[in-house]
Amino acid sequence: MGGSAAVADPPRPRIALRPAGGVTGPVLAVGLALLALSAAAAVTIGTADLSIADVARTVGAHLGVPVRPLPRLADSIVWDLRMPRVLLAGLVGGGLALCGAVLQALTRNPLADPFLLGISSGASTGAVAVLVLGLGVGSVSLSTGAFLGSAAAFGAVLLFAGRQWTQPSRIVLAGVAVSQLFSAVTSLIVVSDASVQNTRSVTFWLLGSLTAASWPAVALAAVVTGAGFLVCWWCAPALDAFAFGVDTAESLGFAAARTRLVLFGTTALVAAVLVAASGAIGFVGLTIPHAARLLVGAQHRILLPTCVVTGAVFLIWADTAARTVFAPQELPVGVLTALIGVPVFALVMRHRSRP
Amino acid sequence: MTRPDDSGADLVAGEVDWGVRGVRILSEVALRAVPGSTVGLLGPNGSGKSSLLRLLAGLGRPDAGLVLLDGEPLVDVPRRRLARRIAVVHQQVSPDVDMSTMDVLLLGRIPHRPRLAATSATDLDLARRALADAGLAGFERRRWSGLSGGERQRVDIARALLQEPDLLLLDEPTNHLDVRHQLELLHFLAGSPMTVVVTLHDVDLAAQYCDQIVLLHDGRVAAAGTPAEVFTPERLLAVYRADAEVSIGSDGRPRVRFRRPRTPAAGPEAGD
Repeated sequence: MGGSAAVADPPRPRIALRPAGGVTGPVLAVGLALLALSAAAAVTIGTADLSIADVARTVGAHLGVPVRPLPRLADSIVWDLRMPRVLLAGLVGGGLALCGAVLQALTRNPLADPFLLGISSGASTGAVAVLVLGLGVGSVSLSTGAFLGSAAAFGAVLLFAGRQWTQPSRIVLAGVAVSQLFSAVTSLIVVSDASVQNTRSVTFWLLGSLTAASWPAVALAAVVTGAGFLVCWWCAPALDAFAFGVDTAESLGFAAARTRLVLFGTTALVAAVLVAASGAIGFVGLTIPHAARLLVGAQHRILLPTCVVTGAVFLIWADTAARTVFAPQELPVGVLTALIGVPVFALVMRHRSRP
Repeated sequence: MTRPDDSGADLVAGEVDWGVRGVRILSEVALRAVPGSTVGLLGPNGSGKSSLLRLLAGLGRPDAGLVLLDGEPLVDVPRRRLARRIAVVHQQVSPDVDMSTMDVLLLGRIPHRPRLAATSATDLDLARRALADAGLAGFERRRWSGLSGGERQRVDIARALLQEPDLLLLDEPTNHLDVRHQLELLHFLAGSPMTVVVTLHDVDLAAQYCDQIVLLHDGRVAAAGTPAEVFTPERLLAVYRADAEVSIGSDGRPRVRFRRPRTPAAGPEAGD
């Protein structure tokens, strides 16, 4: 196509990425406004018809503002069911996107996601062990099992990677191996048990779901994700410097080995807590960082908050769709994030491959 | 690049040993780069040039011996302070990084700005000027992975200069550059007030521009001194196993040309 003309053409400007600095403030302000609006709107959506004013009244009543509360049932729907669920969706979406962005920078691998370190398969093994083998009772022990499972998996990854763990490829390979191992153990446990009910709930949990949302789960996710965000944000310039490897990061003034260990540990902890709360919700941590990079550029100082906000908005709407589209049947939200995430990821990859 | 403090650093490496897992890579290597000088680090593949450069950058600890920057052992200097004094241009600049050219340049300003501060207008301005100095004006928003090898190398050098170092270490900075850019780069390095240590493969280029040469062979210093002292046909034959013709130019610097091997080489060139 026009090959002969191209020779004489002056080089066309190949603008692809946004410049560093510049538009960051307004982007974040718009993002936060959108997040608040999404959360409020998502609470109103569902089988019981409620308005934003109803939501505001309920929140006000629970925070001690002198307003007339809603009827008991409506109040309970807003405060006990929908609000924790929407908030947890926001925290899980934001936290997974944060972990994805950090791990993509640390491993210099655009395919990295929060589950790279064996976190999700470890959590599954732990949760399934609790469900099927009947260790402990209730949802609290389920997430405890999931958390212990992911901690064990991350430990195994560090052990497999050995002394060469600072090399990105080592930790990726170790993560793949450990994930496979824990998946096999999970299958083994599931197959060993014939109960249909258990298999159903295991499957639901493996695909990721926010049905178990509760205020304690929200509080834990908020504390861990918030603290994790602050640690990662503090390391933002180091993450920029890691783009060209450990030596470059060190010669720009960062203690590379210590920073990497802190960041791997932080993301593992955040991912483990989130997976324990909601199961392994895929594609948020993989896709959102790439989309955010297209919006605000590659500087982590602005990229990380953008990932959190974008991931939160995305998962709030994905979960709202998951619980309403086929109502009263509920879709595991992980199925939806994959259905939306894969085409988005394909688009981002197309954009990346442009010159 | 104008710097507030226009004097280069004084770099001394004394009797440095270094190895990886018991395999000795450098033995008793000594090197001195006086302020403002340009020192060429030469030697065959695997002679330890890059390893030595990493130690000079403070990126590794010598097993024995010391590297001193203005009399202070490198291992005692905090990393961040080191990053304001020493800039490194690494040999392999990864092409597969999803950043704009401007993002890459601004990495060079990290050591000079408060940890979580936004990019300042001054930094942007400095970066734009550095890009223009590199002959790449208008490349700010170009995608790093879309640049040619030579363009990437020039941007990376501009990034290092944005660190405003007193000591600039470059690992084969000319390997992707065309002739004009090679000459421009060496001319700039030789004339700059910074202290420069640069590894090179082109012996003649090193002879034209370096004040001092350190010739490495199997992890040891085979010879050190001015180009005329170091580059003799006998020594080049011993170190590189290549026949060299050395003549002294009108500027007193040696001109080095290598001859074709006398024994017929295996391969397609052997026949003609």
